[in-house]
Amino acid sequence: MQKRVVFNNKVLPYILVAPQIVVTLVFFIWPASQALYQSVLQEDAFGLSTVFVGLENFAYIFTDPIYLNSIRVTLVFSFSVAAIAMTTALLLAVMANRAIRGAIVHKTLIIWPYAVAPVAAAVVWYFLFNPTVGMISFFLKAMGIDWDFTLNGGQAMLLVIIAAAWRQISYNFLFFLAGLQAIPKSFIEAAAIDGASPAKRFWTITFPLLSPTAFFLVVMNIVYAFFDTFGVIHAITEGGPSEATNIMVFKIYHDSFESLDLGGSAAQSVILMAVVIALTIIQFRYIERRVHY
Amino acid sequence: MKKFLGIMTAVCFILTMAPISALGEPVTIDWWFAHGGRLGEKVQSIVADFNASQSDYKVVATYKGNYHDTMTAGIAAFRSKNPPHILQVFEVGTASMMAARGAIKPVHEVMGGSGMPWSPDVYLPTVTGYYTTPDGKMLSLPFNSSTPVLYYNVEAFQKAGLDPDKPPKTWEEVAAYGRKLVAAGYPGGFSTAWISWIHLENFSAWHNVPFGTQANGFGGMNTEFVFNKGPQVKHVQHLADWQKEKIFVYGGRRNKGNAKFASGEVAMYTESSAGYAGFKKTCKFPFRTAMLPYWSGAKGAPQNTIIGGASLWVMQGHSDAEYKGVAAFFNYLSKAEVQADWHQFTGYLPITTAAYDYTKKQGFYDQNPDMETALKQMTLNKPTANSRGLRFGNFVQMRAIMYDTLEAIFAGEKTAQAGLDDAAAKGNRLLRKFEKANK
Repeated sequence: MQKRVVFNNKVLPYILVAPQIVVTLVFFIWPASQALYQSVLQEDAFGLSTVFVGLENFAYIFTDPIYLNSIRVTLVFSFSVAAIAMTTALLLAVMANRAIRGAIVHKTLIIWPYAVAPVAAAVVWYFLFNPTVGMISFFLKAMGIDWDFTLNGGQAMLLVIIAAAWRQISYNFLFFLAGLQAIPKSFIEAAAIDGASPAKRFWTITFPLLSPTAFFLVVMNIVYAFFDTFGVIHAITEGGPSEATNIMVFKIYHDSFESLDLGGSAAQSVILMAVVIALTIIQFRYIERRVHY
Repeated sequence: MKKFLGIMTAVCFILTMAPISALGEPVTIDWWFAHGGRLGEKVQSIVADFNASQSDYKVVATYKGNYHDTMTAGIAAFRSKNPPHILQVFEVGTASMMAARGAIKPVHEVMGGSGMPWSPDVYLPTVTGYYTTPDGKMLSLPFNSSTPVLYYNVEAFQKAGLDPDKPPKTWEEVAAYGRKLVAAGYPGGFSTAWISWIHLENFSAWHNVPFGTQANGFGGMNTEFVFNKGPQVKHVQHLADWQKEKIFVYGGRRNKGNAKFASGEVAMYTESSAGYAGFKKTCKFPFRTAMLPYWSGAKGAPQNTIIGGASLWVMQGHSDAEYKGVAAFFNYLSKAEVQADWHQFTGYLPITTAAYDYTKKQGFYDQNPDMETALKQMTLNKPTANSRGLRFGNFVQMRAIMYDTLEAIFAGEKTAQAGLDDAAAKGNRLLRKFEKANK
């Protein structure tokens, strides 16, 4: 049985999709085409002299050690954020899914961080771990750890990964919990009657059935780590120390809005755009097909 | 058609006459500035005083966010053909503004064209030099300028058995003092804000050595960085080595390290003279200021330090009547009383010799001797090609490279020489790119 709505009016469907088309044109297609155009130009900030340079901006960034480092940093950062945010969220979701007392309180508390503005959260992390006045760094120092994320690149990376993942746990938790609740109880009960241990039941029944949610979240988390973590980086490390946390989106902001290098930052934006397009294609082409629903 | 043309002519006539019409409507001058908080209120009160002092012009000052936001907003406004008359731009944006010849109207032209008496000689040369061409033409009017000084904690000095009346003059003494402070139980000797500005850019001027070729970029855009070939390398290496004994502690980018001084973690701190008011509020101990230290063996030191802060640029695309208003306002801003008040309120430097003398005469420095340190340091010697200022394109990016480089050096990943060589190479690429984009 298939439900089908048939429009008799030939114009109405176009009118109905028009707002979406307009929004896409104005907020995506137009700026994206501007970025493409800008990326082949070398221009001063005021637009007084514009030189067509072809792919020179791209040649420049791909021979720029700062940019190459930023690609590496972005990959490490994104995969770490996605991995930490997803595993933690899955663990929490599995636990919250069991009938425990005060489940609603647990769920609310876990979802809560998602409502906090990223920059506000990042500032709190910054102060907690500040080497001079931070509470947590005080304890770390008391434990004999030489904590100084303003100089130690590894520590800085760890801090921004935790700060970025912290917020995303809530989002992942929601989806995992919904996914878990959609799994019919009868499957698990049947396995339990057959004598499967809780761990076995999780890995052979729950986990495969959760895989569509998990794959969706992998893509969403990577996109999040690529783009939405700007506030965290900006408030905590500003890309430092010595480029250790200089992720691509932060570098674009720095090169365009602070340094007014329009051509170079447009070229970087085009690269990022290609990454997102690739991620989207992967999601639709491969993951959506292969995943067992 | 004829009738239409007639009307158009009349309209044009009325439009051009409007600024000086008999109705007495004052000409509006837009000024976009970048000071929030108390400084922003002070800016508004200066503007209100100017507006009250005459009736021909009305300055409207609008806060546009931090330095980056303000500059970006001004550029966007220019690109959409609706720029403000006056735009406040920080010192590292100077080369970008200068290169944009079609977007700015040099201050000497604005003042010269106004018919008002104006002489560039009344300004402090070390302040205006940064914004002046080598042949003495003022391009933008310095507004808020500061220079780095050494702050020290008097209480800590006494506890460590050091004489607060004898602050360290040389870096050798800073190291010796730092050692004593650490021995007396302090977690660190000294730290700094704005490390690139103070320990490389000002260090170079103070020791009379070039930061870049072509008189630090004043001579042309074909300049190259040479800070990796002078005493700067030795200085940075010392900073890195001093970390082991905690004589030097890195405090982070920009002025994020200020908490280290205010909390008493370090007893000596190099920071902008404009940080004075902030420390007055946050430090629970008495502190004083001294001139920036130098290396005792260095030939040219101490020369004079260079400024940071921002200046006011006049934008193209306005009428002569409006430029006259800008000139009148700039003349007002340059008045000794206005300058002296701004200087005493904020800790920024006065821009005219008259304002400096006026403040002296008022006895202000007898009560606040620490606020004169910066001025003494700025006016110590006649500026040389190495100490007039810096003019490098893409300098905002260069500052970021400097932070990255110094952090790598302090973390022990690179030696000072290797790191600074690397930074100079990266920076020279940026300079070539800027040269190309601004042909």
